Amino acid sequence: MNLAIRDIRYHRGRFILTSIGLGLLLGVVISMGGIYRGLFADALAILNSTKADIWVVQQNTNGPFAESSRIPEDITYRIRSVPGVSEASPLSFQTIQIDKGAKPFRFFLIGYDLNGFGGPPEIISGRGIGQKHYEMVVAASMGMAIGEKIHLGLHDYTVVGITGKVVSSGGDPVAYVTLADAQDIQFKKDNDAIRNDRERIGANLDALQSLSPGQAKYLKQNMSAITESTHTVNTIVARLAPGANLPEVQARINRWNHFRPLSVEEQTKILTKGMIEKARMQLGLFRAILLVISAVIIALIIYTSTLDKIKVIATLKLIGSQNRVIVGMILQQSLLMGIIAYGIGYGLILLTYEKFPRRIVLEDVDLQVLFIIVIIICTISSFVGIRKALKVEPAEALGG
Amino acid sequence: MDDCRYAIEVENLTKIYGKGGSTVIALSGASIQVKPGELVAILGPSGSGKTTLLTSIGLINEPTHGRVVIDGTVVADEGWLPGIDLKRLRREKLGFIFQAHNLIPFLTARENVMIALEINQLSRGEAKARATELLGVLNLGHRMDNYPSSLSGGEAQRVAIARALANKPKVILADEPTAALDTENGKNVMILLKKLALENHSAILVVTHDHRMVDGFDRIFHVNDGHVNTES
Repeated sequence: MNLAIRDIRYHRGRFILTSIGLGLLLGVVISMGGIYRGLFADALAILNSTKADIWVVQQNTNGPFAESSRIPEDITYRIRSVPGVSEASPLSFQTIQIDKGAKPFRFFLIGYDLNGFGGPPEIISGRGIGQKHYEMVVAASMGMAIGEKIHLGLHDYTVVGITGKVVSSGGDPVAYVTLADAQDIQFKKDNDAIRNDRERIGANLDALQSLSPGQAKYLKQNMSAITESTHTVNTIVARLAPGANLPEVQARINRWNHFRPLSVEEQTKILTKGMIEKARMQLGLFRAILLVISAVIIALIIYTSTLDKIKVIATLKLIGSQNRVIVGMILQQSLLMGIIAYGIGYGLILLTYEKFPRRIVLEDVDLQVLFIIVIIICTISSFVGIRKALKVEPAEALGG
Repeated sequence: MDDCRYAIEVENLTKIYGKGGSTVIALSGASIQVKPGELVAILGPSGSGKTTLLTSIGLINEPTHGRVVIDGTVVADEGWLPGIDLKRLRREKLGFIFQAHNLIPFLTARENVMIALEINQLSRGEAKARATELLGVLNLGHRMDNYPSSLSGGEAQRVAIARALANKPKVILADEPTAALDTENGKNVMILLKKLALENHSAILVVTHDHRMVDGFDRIFHVNDGHVNTES
């Protein structure tokens, strides 16, 4: 006869409520693990979807995901000519926050060359960008419909396609426009600002006594063209030809002194170690604390449940019950509580994880490891109850 | 062992609690013998030593001195005999009835009887059949699947008696079995115990201070300040 099951059956209300409480706690632990994996997946989403082998960024910087990186767009042509590079494409990144309705609306804008790569990894509805200007593809999580317009910089942009779950390392949904549009949005000044800049440059040139009026006029015209140029990008991504040697290609680009060619491995390290390490440690600490809390709660529940059964245990001992019957009852109850609570927690997260504001990634290995930890916690927690039970004297069954 | 003369033999039993200067002599040179089929009472005021006597015979309280023999098996001679399996002996030779019935609250009446049988290595099927039979004999056939909380005091005590009888013990030890019952139910329990002692050829030792129930015992032992006196 399984005494653990009989006890649970009799006290099912209490057992179910306890398991639900514990299940909610384990659900939080599972979600924390999912958030960590989600952070990881988010951080690498653009890196992975771009499918580049090399990220060329401004020298002495860690690239556009970590800090400001600006390089001239025309470097693309030089990179394409490096032996071992099969294709190269410029990319522009910027985080944009606008007011949509009454709420702030934040997203990550990527500008890409229509003839290159680095654009939307997939189109789940609508179409890709077909025109050079004023069209955009947005991530589904932006909640925009095809045909919807959004005002960015100096122009309106129309949503022509929806892509899947691509987010920035900060978890913001991603939108794609052409490189030219992205540069316009990022760098193009309005007419007042342009006139103001021209006047300021002109005044500076006029102040230079060494220039003749003709030279000053000539310089004014060209300096304005230079300062109004928007042909700057944040990175140039490159793919290697089959059989090309990555370190060799990196070494060639390094020789130019102005750029830093990051491999995918280096870029991954920057994104994961540098940017989400603290968040990872924070989540890990939270998980550990919650698991300790779970262990304490389970131990407390099992201990009080054992105290409730002192007379039962004493009676069982008095009628000659083996210790394994009593130990089995306590251990099985503890394990059943852990398993049911784990099931409740897992079910809860399975039903709700898509509604979390940040991505939750449930990895089988994490779930399996947590399940084993829960089993270990339940086993260890039951020791306090078992210790108490083994100390109960059969004589305690006697008396009123 | 069926041919042994006494189911319980206690010779010169002494139990001293504590050590050094703060010792309490709970029992002093107690000797009793109970034959199979006999229903005997141990009467005495609180603190007289009657529970110490019961627990020593029940193999849960080690005597300081003296000898205890249960169904022909020497279990204590100046302390427990080395290597003796007290749990097995309690399972096989003793049955216990308690003041507050001590039924396991999360088991039904039948399961409460079955647990005693399953602990003694009976199969589930055999245990169920025997429990059903016993409860039927004790007029509890209609209450077998009820939990103790829904049984009356008398019914619960009869289930406890069925559990005590389950393994056909040679000795049944009852600790105030009528204390929690009204007079009528208490008398019914005593009549039942008397009947069972005769039918099962078991020695039944009842510790009580309930003088309403003294009729019907074959013999009564009086315990006072740790000393046992016999009254016919």
